[in-house]
Amino acid sequence: MKRVFVNEKWCLGCHLCEYNCAFANSGLDNMAKALKDKKIYPRIRIEGDENINYAVSCRHCTDPMCVKSCITGALSIEDGVITISQDKCVGCLTCILVCPYGCISQNENSVAQKCELCLKNSAGEPACVKGCPNNAIVYEER
Amino acid sequence: MGIEYIYPEFEVVRNADRCIKCGVCQRQCANEVHKLDEDLNVMLSDEAKCVNCQRCVALCPTRALKIVKSDCRLRENANWSDSTIKEVYKQASSGAVLLSSMGNPNPLPVYWDRILINASQVTNPPIDPLREPMETAVFLGKKPEKIQRDENGKIKCELAPQIKLPVPIMFSAMSYGSISYNAHESLARAARELGICYNTGEGGLHKDFYEYGPNTIVQVASGRFGVHENYLNAGAAIEIKMGQGAKPGIGGHLPGAKIVGDVSKTRMIPEGSDAISPAPHHDIYSIEDLRQLVFSLKEATNYKKPIIVKVAAVHNIAAIASGIARSGADIIAIDGFRGGTGAAPTRIRDNVGIPIELALASVDQRLRDEGIRNNVSLVVGGSIRCASDVVKAIALGADACYIATSALLALGCHLCRTCQTGKCNWGIATQRPELVKRLNPDIGYQRLVNLVTAWQHEIKELMGAMGINSIEALKGNRLMLRGVNMTEKELEIFNISHAGE
Repeated sequence: MKRVFVNEKWCLGCHLCEYNCAFANSGLDNMAKALKDKKIYPRIRIEGDENINYAVSCRHCTDPMCVKSCITGALSIEDGVITISQDKCVGCLTCILVCPYGCISQNENSVAQKCELCLKNSAGEPACVKGCPNNAIVYEER
Repeated sequence: MGIEYIYPEFEVVRNADRCIKCGVCQRQCANEVHKLDEDLNVMLSDEAKCVNCQRCVALCPTRALKIVKSDCRLRENANWSDSTIKEVYKQASSGAVLLSSMGNPNPLPVYWDRILINASQVTNPPIDPLREPMETAVFLGKKPEKIQRDENGKIKCELAPQIKLPVPIMFSAMSYGSISYNAHESLARAARELGICYNTGEGGLHKDFYEYGPNTIVQVASGRFGVHENYLNAGAAIEIKMGQGAKPGIGGHLPGAKIVGDVSKTRMIPEGSDAISPAPHHDIYSIEDLRQLVFSLKEATNYKKPIIVKVAAVHNIAAIASGIARSGADIIAIDGFRGGTGAAPTRIRDNVGIPIELALASVDQRLRDEGIRNNVSLVVGGSIRCASDVVKAIALGADACYIATSALLALGCHLCRTCQTGKCNWGIATQRPELVKRLNPDIGYQRLVNLVTAWQHEIKELMGAMGINSIEALKGNRLMLRGVNMTEKELEIFNISHAGE
């Protein structure tokens, strides 16, 4: 299965992936309309310091702790992709606690959100990968 | 302020309706032009620091930015141009020589644009390169004057060492130090994939790049940086750099600030010391001296590597080339006055040297007239911008072309011409690690491969249109060229007819 991988060697810490993620999941067709003067809730986040940066997003584990721990069954695996049904999420944040990579976060409504590889939005392919200027984020089979 | 103040050259125009304050421009500008003012919650710009490298423009996700030339001008004056006056101001303030980078930007004649290529019609068929074989391979090196046979009548096949290029294009010299590790890696990998050569420049060869040796030309310049036996034997050929088109008669100076880590090791000089290449080679004051160095290098490499002598195109270039052709060199590389540089005194760059087109035409003619054209191959550089420039150069008598500015453009260079600051936002002309990593060689090398492949297609198209299916048949074939907007004298030097003739 293709997954999003990051290569910290080429990550510039420009944070474009965060904005492309937020835009892709906004459901809107214009980035300025979607993101201007708004706090963004991206599903990928850049971590690091002056020396190193890397993007953190869901690794779509084969044996995911988040799915096991979800008390409402909001998290599930669909063809290897860990997806979230936000209607079912009650915001208990257990998944955030158990994710060993820190890849799950809360959205503006305090409901859990995570990377679903842009399979459920109109981007068609991971927007973070498409917009990365230095191939630091790639979508590939490994 | 006051008398020292010079109004900024560019303006940063931000479309407030589009700006989402993502801060990408701020994080990506090494010149620190952009800044988010948290109190005002707006992105501010200090255009005085902007060099118009277009990095912010290219990365802005909402296309909210553009950089425009400032329209705050001094009173118009056809004699004293805005830039001339400002240069006087700068020098009155600094007392220093003005420095510039990349090639001469002034509106001096570009003869490539005044030369037109022929095509076949009716009486001689053009060739479709997509249907019929087209040969673009060339061999660089000394060629035998005549066919020689042994006592059994068999042809003697021993040739002087040659470089085989599948397309008559090489990446010209750019040193590690003047450009980044990742830029070098991109060039090396692209050269290997394309089967052509890149050139180390005078900065030595980084240990990681010895594996690209068969596609490397190693340079020996007046500073002799990084030159040792293994280095000389690592490459496909050795180039003696006598001069550079952007700064003929001038040496080089890589500031100590750039001599860090691997650059220092590769150049074999202490960290922090300035790398000063003298203007002359201190052991070369005549063709005989040059011959000694040519043969020293041949001895050091067991006569297995062709020796290139690179000179800048200057006034007596034909006589100089004639001397070099007799020095034992296998290849002469001539660099025209529009060639690029990482840093050169502005006055030198903009006023010294001659156009490569004229230099090439006169050198090829002189070597033919003297019957020594076979002694050497001719490689020309100094702003070869596109495939048609290559075709015109070949028809004027070149064996191959050197490209560097076009190669850097493929790597992301936006020709802002501030390489000398060492803050290249595209990760090319810098040694700052956070900037160097902006050029991912996986992307860079592919773009170089794409560029040369595209040019090769175009060269074949142009050849096919002329009804020529082998680049050898185009070489020195000036009948395929016509001049426009040229004086009698210019036509005479090019030895071509005017269009319509």
